[in-house]
Amino acid sequence: MLLNQFLLLGAVLFCIGVYGVLVRRNGVMVLMSIELILNAVNINLVAFGTHLQQATGQAFALFVIPIAAAEVAVGLAIVLMIYRNRRSIDVDSLDEMKG
Amino acid sequence: MILADSGLMVAQNIGFAVIAFMIVGAAIRVVTTDNVMHAALYLVMVLAGVAAQYILLAAEFIAIVQVIVYIGAIVVLFLFGIMLTEAKLGKSDDLDNKPMRPVAIAVAVALLGLLAYSLVDYYGDDQLALAGQTTAELGQTTAQVADSVFITYLIPFEVVGVLLLVALTGAIVLARRD
Repeated sequence: MLLNQFLLLGAVLFCIGVYGVLVRRNGVMVLMSIELILNAVNINLVAFGTHLQQATGQAFALFVIPIAAAEVAVGLAIVLMIYRNRRSIDVDSLDEMKG
Repeated sequence: MILADSGLMVAQNIGFAVIAFMIVGAAIRVVTTDNVMHAALYLVMVLAGVAAQYILLAAEFIAIVQVIVYIGAIVVLFLFGIMLTEAKLGKSDDLDNKPMRPVAIAVAVALLGLLAYSLVDYYGDDQLALAGQTTAELGQTTAQVADSVFITYLIPFEVVGVLLLVALTGAIVLARRD
């Protein structure tokens, strides 16, 4: 098997995630798209680990997974706060920072 | 083209292709479906497919972690998020920022072109040395991963533990009603 099979799969998944982050308005769905991006990164890490015949790739993927879990937990807490304050989780309506 | 070049390991390549198509199809549905609940369930398909790809890469430990943490915990967290924000179940047409779509498609396609070009240019036909190797020779057994995490990367591991504690405490403080 080619290394590039896995790297290209990771690239496709990454770009789909970027599309989701850009186009979605629902806060929960933006977080789902970020999960797609993190999974793309993990595929790359594990593929490189196997390619270089080292356990380092898997070790780094194991660091990414808890970071993703923490990110989702904090992200959903923030989305929940936004929902409580505004009764909506439309991320495009959060424009108070605009001058 | 890519599959034909690697004459060896036909079964693995067919498995890769089937799972890869499943992942890409489900991922596209995650970002295009107009039903929040369906997006969460398509996300399960993507995560399960990625776990299967880890098995193909001889990384069985991380595949199991993927199933437990992502499918077991993170997807449940998402479903709770959907429930607590009282999202409209069934179709809703305000999930997408529609004027943004052409821009987002352009950005994604340009990024994919750039990434694919540089990957094909640099890694070309590099083979994964999977054929005829044991998992131990590839350095991918759970014991070798444990040695790497708990010896080489012990301090980052502890930092990640503290970070997880801090982040989850912060999430509880944020989400608590008071």
